[in-house]
Formats: sequence, structure tokens, C-alpha cells
Amino acid sequence: MIEIVSMKQDRQVKNEMKMEFRAVSANESFARTAVAAFVTQLNPTLEEISDIKTAVSEAVTNAIIHGYEGEDGEECKVWLSCVIRNDVLEVEIRDTGVGIENVDKAMEPLFTTKPQLDRSGMGFAFMEAFMDDLEVISEVGQGTVVRMQKKVGTTSWIMRED
Amino acid sequence: MEDDFKVIDNYLMIRLPDEIDHHKSVDISKKADQYIMNEKVGNVVFDFERTTFMDSSGIGIIVGRYKKISCFGGKVYAINADNRIRRILLLSGLHKIVEIMD
Repeated sequence: MIEIVSMKQDRQVKNEMKMEFRAVSANESFARTAVAAFVTQLNPTLEEISDIKTAVSEAVTNAIIHGYEGEDGEECKVWLSCVIRNDVLEVEIRDTGVGIENVDKAMEPLFTTKPQLDRSGMGFAFMEAFMDDLEVISEVGQGTVVRMQKKVGTTSWIMRED
Repeated sequence: MEDDFKVIDNYLMIRLPDEIDHHKSVDISKKADQYIMNEKVGNVVFDFERTTFMDSSGIGIIVGRYKKISCFGGKVYAINADNRIRRILLLSGLHKIVEIMD
């Protein structure tokens, strides 16, 4: 057990990327495609790519339509960053929009504040289902940070001792 | 896009694009509603043949149309859905209101 924890700590950062884009819906496909392209270096399966794309799409869509409530002024930006540690992809999606009052409530499946826009309320449920780990930090008036992790590829999660 | 909506008898056939996200879903929903209103179709068939990507916005399109037609006894069908699309439909419990056909 102790061994696993220590290995977790010295999981090495192999690669990273950061991007910033305007909160417009056309950028949803750009964001998920960029992450999918970035993760190819881990030799993901098609299913893993599809899972990651869906999760990223959910988070970015949330930032655009909930965080900035559909406003797309110059100051409405979404920040996306990816880190690869060994064979784990970490994705962070951040906005400085309105924030979420009750994160637990927001994460309940089928809960949505925008049913009139045909939102299904499945965004966070999909992120949870398609990624290994999901963390949501939000403050009203400050914005929201979504962090997700997924182990990618067939290599063992515990580093092989070379 | 015009070609992607067809009315056959009492069915509105919608050929969905290769990627269904929030950006595209707005137009699809709007267009579908126009057909439902103007042509008075009872049922909607979603054709996923070309679709390789869908997020929860796709669920929103289906549920939204279902709400519009189900009160008149209409049904919603999904055809040509690959495993990934099926998984998303199952995960969101949509298989209870959508008939998934091969």
C-alpha cells in the first residue's frame, strides 16, 4: 500500500499543454479534438479517445453555457490544460464565470438549470462515467474548475520498475 | 442540412451529423420542431449512421423532441446507432423512451 502511494507521488510529468479560447460554442469541437490529438502519444484505444472527447466536450459546454451563460464577450475565456503523468491524462477546464452555488446538486444526474435549452442534466454524470476521477471546485461569482483524470493505454498503472 | 430532414408518412426522419454537440444541437432541435409543428408528424426517427461522436447535448435533442410528441402518443426511434452511441443512450436511461433498432 505504502509503495503504491509513493509511486503515485513520483509519477513523472511527461508532457503538458495549455490553451485559452473564447467561450463560443464553435470551440467545443476544437477543444475536444485538441485534447484527443494530445493524448494520442499514450496510444489510447478508440474507446478511450471517445470517452475523453465526450468528457471534455461536457466540461467545455458547461463553461460556455452555464459559466458564461451564453455570453461570448472578449473577456469570456475558457482555459484548458492537460498534463500527462506516466500513462494518466489529467485535464483541467477553468472558467471565470458565474460559478456553481451547489456543486453536489449540480452533479446529480438529470439536474439542470437550463431545461428550456434542451439540456439533459447529464453533463457531470457523463464526465464521471467516462473518466476515472472527477473533481469540481466552484465559487459563486468567481468561476469553476473541473479536473478530470483518466488512465490511458494498456500499460500498467503502476510504473514498471526498469 | 435540408436533405437531413425527411417526412415519410407519419415519421420525421432525421439524419444526424457526424458530431453532435451543443453547437450543432441547437439547430437540429429548432429544425426538428419546425417539422413537427408544420408537418404534424407523430413520430421521430433519429438516424445515427454518420454519427461518430455524441455528448449529452444529443440526449437533450432526443428528450426534447420526445416531450413534444409523446403527449400525442408519438414515439422516438434510434437507428444505426453504433456501440458508443448505444452506451450513451443506455447510460442516460434513454433506452426506456427510445426504441433502439438495428
